Amino acid sequence: MENILRESSAKTPAINFDAKSGVLLLKGRSIPENSIEFYKPLNDWLDLYGEKPLDETTIDMKLEYFNTSSSKCILDLLKRLEKINKAGSKVSVNWYFESEDEDMEEAGEDYQAIIKLPFKMIEVEEI
Amino acid sequence: MQFNKIYDIYQKFEERNIIFSFSGVITSDFLNAVLDIVEAKVDYLEESPKIKKKVLKILVECVQNIYYHAENQFSFLKEEETKKKLNNALVMVVKDDEGFIIETGNYIENHLVDDLKERIENINKLDKIELRELYRDVLANGTFSDKGTAGLGMIDIARKSGNKLNYSFLPVDSDLSFFTLSVNIN
Repeated sequence: MENILRESSAKTPAINFDAKSGVLLLKGRSIPENSIEFYKPLNDWLDLYGEKPLDETTIDMKLEYFNTSSSKCILDLLKRLEKINKAGSKVSVNWYFESEDEDMEEAGEDYQAIIKLPFKMIEVEEI
Repeated sequence: MQFNKIYDIYQKFEERNIIFSFSGVITSDFLNAVLDIVEAKVDYLEESPKIKKKVLKILVECVQNIYYHAENQFSFLKEEETKKKLNNALVMVVKDDEGFIIETGNYIENHLVDDLKERIENINKLDKIELRELYRDVLANGTFSDKGTAGLGMIDIARKSGNKLNYSFLPVDSDLSFFTLSVNIN
């Protein structure tokens, strides 16, 4: 299946969803006014990938910040990954945050509390 | 305009330490245009990366809140010109001794006031942990509106600010009030 490769914009993150490696990347800022529009193709891709996933799937969340419109969409994305995990692919979430960015660290913990997937919290100098 | 009037306004801005202000219609392009400017200014004035980030995040949420709600409002008005005027909002970023303050002002239909007031009052009653729990609850169990808003905006603003939300509703006429919000970031 086709990969998704998107450059970042002022309001949306860079996307690299790779079906061959099973590695999914979101990197940058996610602050579009209507996030549903932006995240829909990502969800559609996951539904398709989920029909025949690799044995292991990893999502790298490298977000500088995201608006509340995106938080719901990110939850939906992670819920789809939960389903893929249940169906047999080993899914893990790498949640990156910049040192001193407690908000982003807490955001990862928020999702960790809701989503039944293994989360790795990774602190970096700069995303 | 007379020069001393311009100077008056300039002085008021300086006195209040307003580092950014905008009055007009908030479009979806607004943040694209403005975020870099505010980021540069805050960068220049503030050392702490934590505070710098908070200012930007809270600004985004405040502005987008206004944007979402403006689209739905004022349908009772027939005249396009009046509608446009009422969609004008005010956004300011102010520097104070402890950090920054984000202040916004926008018209709101009177029948929406009680609901919003209650929401803010409820949020202000909560401590850090309760606020986190409320956020997680609305995130996990809330529903999307058709525009993708999630009912999380005000909660998120309060959580990131770590301070009570200061607000007021100033009555304008039988249909409208002017809602002002002031968020402290320190």
